[in-house]
Amino acid sequence: MAEVQLHNVSKSFKSTRAVIDMNLTVPDGAFVVLLGPTGAGKTTTLRLIAGLEKPDSGSVQIAGRDVAGETPAQRDVAMVFQQYSLYPHLTVRDNLAFPLRSPILKTPEDEITRKVNEVAEVLHIPHKLDNKATALSGGEMQRVSIGRALVRDPAIYLMDEPLSSLDAKLRADLRVELKRIHAELAATLLYVTHDQIEAMTMATHVGVLDEGNLVQFGTPREIYENPASTYVAARLGQPRINLLPAGTFDEDMPPNAHQIGLRPEHIAHGTGKAAHVVRVEHLGDQTRLHLKLGEHDVITLTEAHTALQPGETIQIAPRNPLFFDAAGVRIA
Amino acid sequence: MSAYSITEPSGRSKWFAGTLVILYALITMIPLAWIMLTGFKSPADAISYPPKVLFEPTLEGYVNLFTTRTRQTQEFLEANPPQNWADEIVRDYDMVIVGPSKFGERFLNSVIIGFGSTFLSIFLGTLAAYAFSRFKIPLADDLLFFILSTRMMPPIAVAIPIFLMYRNLGLSDTHLGMILLYTAVNISLAVWLLKGFIDEIPREYEEAALIDGYTRFQAFYKVVLPQAATGIASTAIFCLIFAWNEYAFAVLLTSATAQTAPPFIPTIIGVGGLDWPAVAAGATIFLLPVMIFTILLRKHLLRGITFGAVRK
Repeated sequence: MAEVQLHNVSKSFKSTRAVIDMNLTVPDGAFVVLLGPTGAGKTTTLRLIAGLEKPDSGSVQIAGRDVAGETPAQRDVAMVFQQYSLYPHLTVRDNLAFPLRSPILKTPEDEITRKVNEVAEVLHIPHKLDNKATALSGGEMQRVSIGRALVRDPAIYLMDEPLSSLDAKLRADLRVELKRIHAELAATLLYVTHDQIEAMTMATHVGVLDEGNLVQFGTPREIYENPASTYVAARLGQPRINLLPAGTFDEDMPPNAHQIGLRPEHIAHGTGKAAHVVRVEHLGDQTRLHLKLGEHDVITLTEAHTALQPGETIQIAPRNPLFFDAAGVRIA
Repeated sequence: MSAYSITEPSGRSKWFAGTLVILYALITMIPLAWIMLTGFKSPADAISYPPKVLFEPTLEGYVNLFTTRTRQTQEFLEANPPQNWADEIVRDYDMVIVGPSKFGERFLNSVIIGFGSTFLSIFLGTLAAYAFSRFKIPLADDLLFFILSTRMMPPIAVAIPIFLMYRNLGLSDTHLGMILLYTAVNISLAVWLLKGFIDEIPREYEEAALIDGYTRFQAFYKVVLPQAATGIASTAIFCLIFAWNEYAFAVLLTSATAQTAPPFIPTIIGVGGLDWPAVAAGATIFLLPVMIFTILLRKHLLRGITFGAVRK
């Protein structure tokens, strides 16, 4: 396991700038999640570290050494691809053993057998070991592809949306499993997703990407509580943060404030401005209120057993509001 | 009410389609069957009119194909009784076997040249197709078109220049010369077919192998080749069939040492009258290697022919 650093790394594909001047440090033993929508440069970042792409400028360091001239094999990284990429002509066992049999690792056969069985156990696929890789369900294929990374002990595990094609239950199980593996192996992981729940639940650090730029890097809590911009604020939190014109509540605010950001849980009820209840969503453990404040939509949370009905009116006021300027940058 | 499906053909249309296919197969097999039967007829039965479907089988054609014989006087024949069953057959015509014919040699030439050029076409074609499929090659499209354009005229159109070139280079009537020639003709087919197959194999497999600790060549060898097996097999069949059956260049460029079976078989006709059973026997044996090769790879061939028809 090792630290990975990117210094001013840029990469363009024809006219598209996929990654722009990125500086990123993945600390040794960290579980870093890169979060961003499609096309934000998440996958390109992984491929630059893995050596599948060459940066146009900047440098990549793994364990303190510049890896510019090294092949993917020499970089000692393991990668889980979004599309599984299991070798279709091999069995599950041979797929898992494939990296161990490489000329770089040259693992003895008994060691291979031991490791493959161990990983199969962790991923609940020991009964599938002798199946052809193509004879598996999507979830099983994804687990095998994660397993193919886990049999190794690389400098860093790179994972490209490994849970995106799984059903909700399996995704939840594997989230817990990955977190456990991270803790047990003290592994360094760089994990790409557009799923904020994966980011919040597994990460020790979250990096938010926007069109090739790393716009914020910090712990999930920091990112959630102190977003640097409206873009970051909108990426985390479910339901999304309410963004309203500054001054809606006649509140105290910095002079150049343009928007006020209110997380649904940061709205006090019973005082302040009147809002109409449009819809009441009972989710079991909590209830979401869809409100109309003047012409703006606002979503807030209330107790599970609320008696509020659509058409009624309640008073709301901001609590710990966030302020953003005209460009969307956080100012208070 | 019986249930019916839109996608499954009904029993009657299946039966109809089956009958049609069997009928077509039977019709196309008649000439083949006729050649095989003729190989076991006597010369008289072979040219009798109306044609005989039922006849007394004899190995005369095969004996004549594989041996050279001379006519002998009665005294000689009486003094030297037949040595074996083959000798016995030719005695009916007052002949004795004096040695093997050239057929075995010519057949072996066909095997060496046919399989040799197929191997070379596939070997070079796979590497070229992989490079065209995966690497950024300047003018790749133009190069591919150039390769294809070598097939746009009938190869025999350049027979004279090739004949002169081969004479100067000392490649006339050599195995190497014929292998190179057939490879040159087949390579465009091989590159184009194989490029299609390799394009279909996602790059992610190689990228995964690169990260798993393999070099690019090892990734090609361990991951791409096994998946391209179907494409390679069907391409090999097409290349072999061309090289195996090629007649015009073989007549022009080979005579004594590297002559293949196709130009040799008709020469049997000139030896002591029209020996159709021997010709038919030669054709039958000549058919076998390609037939066996095709049957062994038929699973791949079917996939090769329908390749590209169905989008996954």
